[in-house]
Amino acid sequence: MHDHPKPGRAVRIGIGGPVGCGKTALVAALCRALRDELSVAVVTNDIYTTEDADFLRREAVLDAERIVAVRTGCCPHTAIRDDVTANLDAVEDLVERFDPDLVLVESGGDNLTATFSYGLIDRQIFVVDTAGGDDVPRKGGPGVAGADLLVINKVDLGPLVGADTERMAADAAAVRDGKPTALVSVRTAPIPEVVDWVRAQVRVPA
Amino acid sequence: MTLVVAPELWLLADSRLPTGGHAHSGGIEAAVRRGLVTGPDDVAAWLAGRVPTAGLVTAAAAAAACALVTVPVERRAPSVDLLGHGRPSPDPRPSPATWRGAPTGGSTERGGPSLESGDGDVDWARWDAAISARTPVAALRDVSRQQGRAMLRTVRAAWPHAPVDGLGARPHQALVLGVATRAAGGTPHDAAALAVHHLTGQVCSAAVRLLGLDPLALAGVHARALAAHGPVVGTAAEAGTAAAAARDPDLLPTATTPWPEVLAVLHARSEGALFAS
Repeated sequence: MHDHPKPGRAVRIGIGGPVGCGKTALVAALCRALRDELSVAVVTNDIYTTEDADFLRREAVLDAERIVAVRTGCCPHTAIRDDVTANLDAVEDLVERFDPDLVLVESGGDNLTATFSYGLIDRQIFVVDTAGGDDVPRKGGPGVAGADLLVINKVDLGPLVGADTERMAADAAAVRDGKPTALVSVRTAPIPEVVDWVRAQVRVPA
Repeated sequence: MTLVVAPELWLLADSRLPTGGHAHSGGIEAAVRRGLVTGPDDVAAWLAGRVPTAGLVTAAAAAAACALVTVPVERRAPSVDLLGHGRPSPDPRPSPATWRGAPTGGSTERGGPSLESGDGDVDWARWDAAISARTPVAALRDVSRQQGRAMLRTVRAAWPHAPVDGLGARPHQALVLGVATRAAGGTPHDAAALAVHHLTGQVCSAAVRLLGLDPLALAGVHARALAAHGPVVGTAAEAGTAAAAARDPDLLPTATTPWPEVLAVLHARSEGALFAS
């Protein structure tokens, strides 16, 4: 576990995972759940458009100016790991403008090797989904094995796509060295365990 | 004395140095999206238009900034003799203590030694304004400042002694590159060469990603562009050095190619672009 950020500094949480796993839906859900108790801002890293940022603004999960999109030049994993410049610029601008408690940095959809640099974020969530194949946790990789929280999304679809969610959870536990995993269905059910985990990372001084 | 490239300079030439360059295409994405650039020859032609104009201006400004940091930097053989031939040489750079004690006076602000000798009287704002005046469209001025801000962050991490505090928070990238080149032990000519290398590298790398071109073919384009535009580097280095010696940013060269400038504006306004510029 990396050091907790200094008191008073915005906590930055990266949210990564493959295309279509539900990263943006998770960001939207977290914003809705936390916006009344925390000052929240979001950076999106769409590969191709500002679609994710537009979605979040359209859904009005936050004030539009608290959501910014970063262009990553065809390399979403570079922008969150090897050269985090554009994201750092975006985060620092949001911090300067809003002094938020929490900044969510959503990566562009990428492959299982994509992880965030801790030079950019303090904690990272990796999202996979049942429809993406129930062998993904077994395959492991830096995202599944190393993320501070693993979210297995779309468990409601498990039976429909032939995914064994219990096996996914067990496979994840085998490679995650005790770090938590949450099984959720972001679009259809509340996600208290994820919200609580995020809240615990943001220890707002009393 | 054998002249060698200061080892740290390779860092500034390396596209893996985290300065945000990977997200910029040197303007070529807007041309690709309009079907104006479709293959390696087009990329070479784009560079032939851009390097001697906008590239020249940037390179000259970088050379000037390098020359304006007046601490003498001797370039000697590296102290580590990798091949095991000959005698060990002294450290190729003066020690920070040397910089602090340089004749033109130095700053020891924030408790550390600084290269800042001699540049206390550099009015960076004038040089910054001179680059703005030579960058016709606001979109590209903004791109230059974005990349300057990014490089500033990298330079502060890699060369904490580099005298960048006077540059402001969002200087044009050329100025940061020039100061960084100096801090890394380079010359104005090195700064100019790096500016041209960055431009050609950004364009070639983006072309590979945007068009699915053969990266080997583009490595050839990159190499030939650097060879062909060597005189541009020389001209930029001379002009920048002369402007710095005269302390007159008005002496920096002026040149541009209008069509890429127009495309840069369209790119900045477009939806669905992959690159920031």
